[in-house]
Amino acid sequence: MADTDRPMIELRGVTKRFGGFTAVNRVSLTVKAGEFLTLLGPSGCGKTTLLRLLAGFEMPDEGMVLLDGEDVSHVPPYRRSVNQVFQSYALFPHLTVRENVGFGLRMQQVPVAEASDRIVAALRMVSLVEQADKYPHQMSGGQRQRVALARAIVPRPKVLLLDEPLSALDAKLRHGMQLELKRLQRKLGMTFVFVTHDQEEALTMSDRIAVINKGRIEQLGNASEIYHRPRTAFTADFIGQANLLESSVVGRNGTTARVRLETGLELVIARAELPDAASKALVSIRPEKIHISRAPVTAENVFQARIEEEIFQGATDSLQLVTDQGTRLHALVANESATQEAFHEGDTVYCSLHLDDLVIVQAE
Amino acid sequence: MLAGTAPAVPVSDHNRPGWKAWALLAPMVLWLILFVVVPGLILLVYSFCERDEIGGVMFTFTWENYARVFDPVYLRIFGRSVWYAALTTAICAVVGYPVAYYIARVPETLRNKLLLLVMVPFWTSFLIRTFAWITILKQEGLLNSLVKAMGAGIGPFDLLYTPTAVVIGLVYAYLPFMILPIYGSAEKLDNSLIEAAYDLGASPVRAFSSVIVPLTMPGIAAGTLLVFVPAIGMFAITDLMGGAKVPMIGNVIQNQFLLARNWPFGAALGVVFMLMFVVTYVILQRRASRSA
Repeated sequence: MADTDRPMIELRGVTKRFGGFTAVNRVSLTVKAGEFLTLLGPSGCGKTTLLRLLAGFEMPDEGMVLLDGEDVSHVPPYRRSVNQVFQSYALFPHLTVRENVGFGLRMQQVPVAEASDRIVAALRMVSLVEQADKYPHQMSGGQRQRVALARAIVPRPKVLLLDEPLSALDAKLRHGMQLELKRLQRKLGMTFVFVTHDQEEALTMSDRIAVINKGRIEQLGNASEIYHRPRTAFTADFIGQANLLESSVVGRNGTTARVRLETGLELVIARAELPDAASKALVSIRPEKIHISRAPVTAENVFQARIEEEIFQGATDSLQLVTDQGTRLHALVANESATQEAFHEGDTVYCSLHLDDLVIVQAE
Repeated sequence: MLAGTAPAVPVSDHNRPGWKAWALLAPMVLWLILFVVVPGLILLVYSFCERDEIGGVMFTFTWENYARVFDPVYLRIFGRSVWYAALTTAICAVVGYPVAYYIARVPETLRNKLLLLVMVPFWTSFLIRTFAWITILKQEGLLNSLVKAMGAGIGPFDLLYTPTAVVIGLVYAYLPFMILPIYGSAEKLDNSLIEAAYDLGASPVRAFSSVIVPLTMPGIAAGTLLVFVPAIGMFAITDLMGGAKVPMIGNVIQNQFLLARNWPFGAALGVVFMLMFVVTYVILQRRASRSA
């Protein structure tokens, strides 16, 4: 693509209220052409309302929605070049697969011969050519999902909206569809806005993720940024798992700073993490970033802990640790081989934490 | 049959109702036998009988009653009945659809109140309501007084005892029977289907004609049946509001039984009337099962 930085969607200070409830609160966001953006958040956070504002099913109370540079804030859905894959698929039960997929073309009055070619091409893309004359009720959930996808893509919208389209599928099928969707999006070069509450889905598929909480964008960034450098306690906790520990700042020198947890355990963090005037800090530590060994190690942030509980989880071992000072930590250790199951309940081990893995987040 | 296949099990075996089902169905079956099947058979027998001078039924076989049914006079009445009933059904559908659709789409608390309003007329006797229409439509009735009071310089309208009055009366009486089944299917309509239609570029009019109407068709069909069938045989409204000037098939049958005391001919009219429905129903049913 020549102009990948061209903004396809722009939200400017968009607010949407339902009665006294503010579903979307002054959200500004730019989605680039050809980008796969995911709106991620818990149910009721406003992500679906945001999607409906893009589709045109809701009109903003304040602010502006721009589509490919054009103000569409108050343009009805049938005049927007935006199509949606609905959570319930919303396939027309009285129409065959072919008629469902062709519905958008019929509305655009595309000539029959061209329409029929485009329908077949779309059905081929989702491997459903043989099922073209079936009715939706004769198909499985996964097939219906692919019909809904083909139906939304066929009119060649500028933006494709996907409202938790995979949530009704079983885990295996869902994983397959995640990869298929991502491949499809790359092939078409179409702008995708995907809504989900499933963080794993978001991390797998997205170019960028917007974490939504209480009607606002909590953080916007690529999967790695969101995961490794969460800015708020909400993001740290919602994406993956996190040990969130309250601490007070006890000293700064050069590029590092020292913080003391409530239990007395002291940790060294990167000074850049800490706002200059801060006297308190909320530390976020990913469970898999806690390095555990039997022998003492020379590294930063080394402390001793006892394994209170060990849960075998297949690829990983989940450990509940209690440090000598009494701080409780959750750690994940890779299970490297069946014969070497290193850690057991009651063992005393050495933990170490790398400076970069201690992230300071804003409390809610 | 191929050798080695399992012995054929009667397919319908587990579909056949057991004794519990029969026990539950018994009251209705009994009712239908006593008040539908038996009277129907009596009617059928009468229709082949002759009538004596004082209006009694003589059990001698004749085709004469059926020959008379196809007299142009009666065919015209049949035709007129079908036409008025069709008109009534069409008006009920056009007037009732938006009402039913609107009720189905409002929040639930309001929905129940509106449904109650649709059913309120049933609280008063049907005859009283029809007489109320007479006081509205008659020469010096409410409508004409209102027009006069407004001083528009038009009227008075001669509405009562005209075909217009008959259709007004029929539409008024049967409108709820159109609204309720349409409401039933509109209420089940998934809102995301309508949104999907908009999303794919359907204007409100297109969304209505290509998604909403087809999906509420079962309600429209049920409403049509509930309005058309009774409207075609209605005699009270046509009698009271039509002033017996425009007889319908219902009036003719009623007259043959009560006034002319020609039961065999009345029975023949009734049988033909019933056959007309059966044939129509079978044709419609065939077409429906073929398209499904």
